[in-house]
Amino acid sequence: MATVAFGSIKSQIETTAPPRGLWCDFPLGRPLGVPSDPEFQHRVLAKAFELLDSPEPIFAEYDVSIIDDENEVMACPMPPRHDPDLHPAIDEAKGLRPAYERSVAQYGNRVGAGRVVQADEITDAIDAFVKIAEGTPWKEAGVPGIPARVSQDIRGYYETAALALSDHAPPAWAGTRWFLDHTEAGRVLMNARQAMADAGEPNPIWFYMAPGDR
Amino acid sequence: MADSDIKALTADLDGVKFDETAFTVPVPLTEAKVAIVTSASLHHPDDEDFSPMDTGYRILRSEPRDYVMGHWSPNFDATGFALDINTVFPIDRLDELAAQGVIGSVAEEHLAYAGNQFDLSAIRLDSGPSGAKFLKEQDVDVVLLTPV
Repeated sequence: MATVAFGSIKSQIETTAPPRGLWCDFPLGRPLGVPSDPEFQHRVLAKAFELLDSPEPIFAEYDVSIIDDENEVMACPMPPRHDPDLHPAIDEAKGLRPAYERSVAQYGNRVGAGRVVQADEITDAIDAFVKIAEGTPWKEAGVPGIPARVSQDIRGYYETAALALSDHAPPAWAGTRWFLDHTEAGRVLMNARQAMADAGEPNPIWFYMAPGDR
Repeated sequence: MADSDIKALTADLDGVKFDETAFTVPVPLTEAKVAIVTSASLHHPDDEDFSPMDTGYRILRSEPRDYVMGHWSPNFDATGFALDINTVFPIDRLDELAAQGVIGSVAEEHLAYAGNQFDLSAIRLDSGPSGAKFLKEQDVDVVLLTPV
């Protein structure tokens, strides 16, 4: 079998030196570049298949780069505060549920809740992180699984809901920045992560709750 | 937070270096059966989720296209795949190329591994060769490797 390996990080695919390697300077998580753009994806595939004509190992660079501007954030109209007796993050998550369901109906549940926490349990999971952020040791807070995996379900729930609140395909990372920096649940998660770090918990327990540059 | 910052975190990791390059000349593309192997930890909803440092693979059937992402890493954008599976797993695009006669055919089964690995020895010695054998038994000629 002949292989064509796409690479997102130039140094890595250069070092590994596969028989046919194509470095595409696209954001991590988007090896074909642009979602919902068949023409763009076909151009990338055409370049990949072109490498099969080489009579010897070959490394190529795709001639279009997609650079994350570091600042773009999804613009999502957030639900108004509904129940002032609830923690703001829990009220927020409940308010996003209709958007989440619309998104799942339209696209499927590809990255949303369900790894360890179902959509019905998202607010309980957020509540556990609220407790941690307020000082409860994480093992006593009722986190319903490995914190990193639970965090993924919460982030996935929010990013999936956001797709239904936006009218265009978001740039890479715009959904993550929105979740971490512009939602109550994102703030709770980051505060809980910091509390676990400050409490001296082992790095793998809290570090992977958020992208590694946070 | 930026994509470049995340890439910088991993750019200097030691990559695998091979003494020899396993180079193969394929049949003409118009006759080739093409499969996708992705490191995006995709699986069908009813199949086993990936565990931490899971070195196995999951078989991805061409239908139904109900793939979910079981990746453990937080270090990539997932909204692209959430909107369009082809951003990671270009199965619709391959179907179109087969219909146009650009490629011979599309494999009925593909493979997904977990890309967030710390020790590659089990994949190199076990699940990697096993996956390759699985694809060869399907008479796959060309494999596209897509990373996440």
